[in-house]
Amino acid sequence: MPDDAMLRMEKITKVYPNGIVANNEVDFSIRKGEIHALVGENGAGKSTLMRILFGLEESQKGRILLNGTEIKNESPHIAIANGIGMVHQHFMLVPSLTVAENMILGVEPKKGLRIDLQKAIKDTRALAEKYNLAVDPLAKVQFLSVGIKQKVEILKALYRGAEILILDEPTAVLTPQETKELFSELKLLKKQGNTIIFISHKLHEVKELCDRVTIMRNGRIKGTFNTADVTPTDISRLMVGRDVILEVEKDAAKPKEIVLSVTNLVMANDLGQRAVKGVSFQVRKGEILGIAGVEGNGQRELVKGVTGLERIAHGEVTILGESINRKAIKEIRNLGTCHIPEDRMTYGVAKEMTIEQNVLADKYDSQDYTGRILTKPRAIRDLSQKLVEEYQIKCSSPLQEVGMLSGGNIQKVVVAREFSTNPQLIIADQPTRGIDVGSTEFIRNRLVELRDEDSAVMLVSADLNEVLELSDSLIVMYEGEITAFFEDASKVSEEELGLYMLGIKHQTPEEIGGIVYEK
Amino acid sequence: MKDFLQIIFTTQFGYSVLRVTTPILFAALAALVSDRAGVINIALEGIMLITALTGVLFSTWFHSAWLGLLMAVIMGTLTGMLLGYFHLKLKTNVILAAVALNLLASGGTIFVLYLIAGDKGISSSLASLTLPKITIPLLDKIPVLGPILSGHNVLTYFALLSVFLMHYFIYKTPMGMRIRAVGENPEAADSVGIGVKKTQFIALAMSGMIASFGGAYMSMGYVSWFSRDMTAGRGFIALAAEAMGGATPIGSFLASLLFGFFDALSNSLQLLRVPAEFVQMIPYVATVVGLVLYTAAKRNQYQRMLIKIGRQLEPEK
Ligand SMILES: Nc1ncnc2c1ncn2[C@@H]1O[C@H](COP(=O)(O)OP(=O)(O)OP(=O)(O)O)[C@@H](O)[C@H]1O
Ligand SMILES: [Mg+2]
Repeated sequence: MPDDAMLRMEKITKVYPNGIVANNEVDFSIRKGEIHALVGENGAGKSTLMRILFGLEESQKGRILLNGTEIKNESPHIAIANGIGMVHQHFMLVPSLTVAENMILGVEPKKGLRIDLQKAIKDTRALAEKYNLAVDPLAKVQFLSVGIKQKVEILKALYRGAEILILDEPTAVLTPQETKELFSELKLLKKQGNTIIFISHKLHEVKELCDRVTIMRNGRIKGTFNTADVTPTDISRLMVGRDVILEVEKDAAKPKEIVLSVTNLVMANDLGQRAVKGVSFQVRKGEILGIAGVEGNGQRELVKGVTGLERIAHGEVTILGESINRKAIKEIRNLGTCHIPEDRMTYGVAKEMTIEQNVLADKYDSQDYTGRILTKPRAIRDLSQKLVEEYQIKCSSPLQEVGMLSGGNIQKVVVAREFSTNPQLIIADQPTRGIDVGSTEFIRNRLVELRDEDSAVMLVSADLNEVLELSDSLIVMYEGEITAFFEDASKVSEEELGLYMLGIKHQTPEEIGGIVYEK
Repeated sequence: MKDFLQIIFTTQFGYSVLRVTTPILFAALAALVSDRAGVINIALEGIMLITALTGVLFSTWFHSAWLGLLMAVIMGTLTGMLLGYFHLKLKTNVILAAVALNLLASGGTIFVLYLIAGDKGISSSLASLTLPKITIPLLDKIPVLGPILSGHNVLTYFALLSVFLMHYFIYKTPMGMRIRAVGENPEAADSVGIGVKKTQFIALAMSGMIASFGGAYMSMGYVSWFSRDMTAGRGFIALAAEAMGGATPIGSFLASLLFGFFDALSNSLQLLRVPAEFVQMIPYVATVVGLVLYTAAKRNQYQRMLIKIGRQLEPEK
């Protein structure tokens, strides 16, 4: 084998204690100065392979060679010393610390007994400038947007001397604009001699950014290609083993009566500022209303108001004619509402509990699953087994802990639970974030099916493609207000939508008023 | 009522507030350091008891109050480490392990006291020593302030100094920052190579060490003997003080002072004709009421914020 590889992982096998073979004799190698994509279905073993490389996980078999010599990455500490840095799927930052403090955590420069904060700030500035990653060293991390947090993560790795940078699904949480920015930063990094491993489910990104791509499936390597030689369709076929059609086929919506009605809603954010500024709209049975917008323009607070997660400061929300302003979440759910939350780890699942317990969480008190005193284990088992099969959740059994599933499979658990209650109103917040192409196709089709079965759907997504693809009608949020309403989403172009999302264009109040069908 | 005011507005009362705040303050700072590392230490009560006895015994044997203090501090640190060993190494629940330590301390100290002093209640048969009181030159000449601030036990001054030391440690030193990081996001700390368990172990050891100053003060300053269960819940009151103080050194100090105030009040009121049982209840009731008011105030603040946000809208439209 011609050895142009800088880093080579050989015959890596990883079996988790629960018997799942996450990596099976994996050979993976990268060249110096390339951007190398790693793609594969949810649970294919991508994160696991990278965690082994970064010393967070130990493999049972195999070895890692760096420039021809074997290295043993037994802990992140050693991996960092070997010049490997990682930006994780879920951020690894300390919210109450500043950017500069996060940068130096674990490798603090000292002046006498105390931390030399001045040096930390200076170093952060210098590094940020060198790689064109604009961050404010004195800003507290908790107040930063995801896009900036990501930059901090990258800088953190570079500060520790990383030459090989692993990015685990960095774009899953970014807006199109932020993604574009990230790509130019990554290209700059490459130009300066760094090597990047890039994990993503968005194949056009892989095509745009990467030099080579390695495809994983079921813990094995399916092949490595020059991205120039393959199309996204080829890649997804190798990933899933069949052709994937991401275009959703759907008939025109046949909207009926109003399910969700929001009137003059005002919501506060965590900082006590007004994040939703008097918003009114309605969603009808049998239609999907998309809510587009750059992240952080009030969508999160809007969803919290509509689902009862936060108190409403002003205005009213009714579901099927009943006001929910003073209702508990359980009562709101009993009205037939379901919610796919944006942050699945906080609001979506109980990590330490099993898949079965998680899918039961919203229906444990239904007569189908609980008798007068005891639960009905048989019925519960049937339910969880059915859902695992239907949603193709990759697990050893429904009794596996949710925390042990791969990111995408956790999302599937949430979706399976929420869709299994014949909902009247579906609040879907980034429903396909971090999900592979095959499952994305499945979830999108399922949403359309539920619409056809007369559910009302409110879809919030930062993925422009998704909003345009799925929505029947569409509103745009900018700085807490609705700035545009499109009755027919299929007539909107991505460019036009972009102008409204960035606040460059703004419809008249009369045009926007069209989203309120009846007072 | 007049008697009541006469009690509060005296320099003796001010002096006694500081005197009774001292052990609560040490324990609150001890709670703070472990809490910040993400391991709550509810064994403070037991650690203070153990170290109070340790101080008495060794000051008797060594004929030196300072060596007694030193042994108490060593003992406290070891007990903190023991808790760390149970929790971090043997993986017992930290609350259960601490409850066990508290029970062990309560019974164990009486047992040891009986073995050595031949008494199950009090150590008066031992010639134990106390740590010195310090008169601060110049300050003690100032009216009002002098009598309140001067002439305290050396540990009282050390407790006040510790507030600033703790502030410096937690916010300015690498170890302090690591402790905060571990408590807030252990996975993040792990991913930059900070040993989470190691850091928590160090924090528990420190917690035990700081609490031991409170324990030693109880038997070698506050009074000059050891008696059974003499800490009387101060280790738990301190946990409330730390929570009310928002887990910051300055906040914990202020909250400790508040609880110290009620403790002193209950001592002074015994002079009036108020039933003793009622008076002894005051510090504990104050703790509960304090915590309730604290959460109520937070809620209130949230409600007001919502109303303000909702109202701002109307003039705009
Ligand atoms: N800590 C763990 N314990 C047990 N099994 C695990 C653990 N972490 C992951 N797994 C299992 O290993 C397999 C591979 O998971 P991994 O996270 O590597 O997938 P992935 O390719 O990153 O998927 P995704 O795209 O969804 O993030 C999955 O089947 C998962 O359930
Ligand atoms: Mg993953």
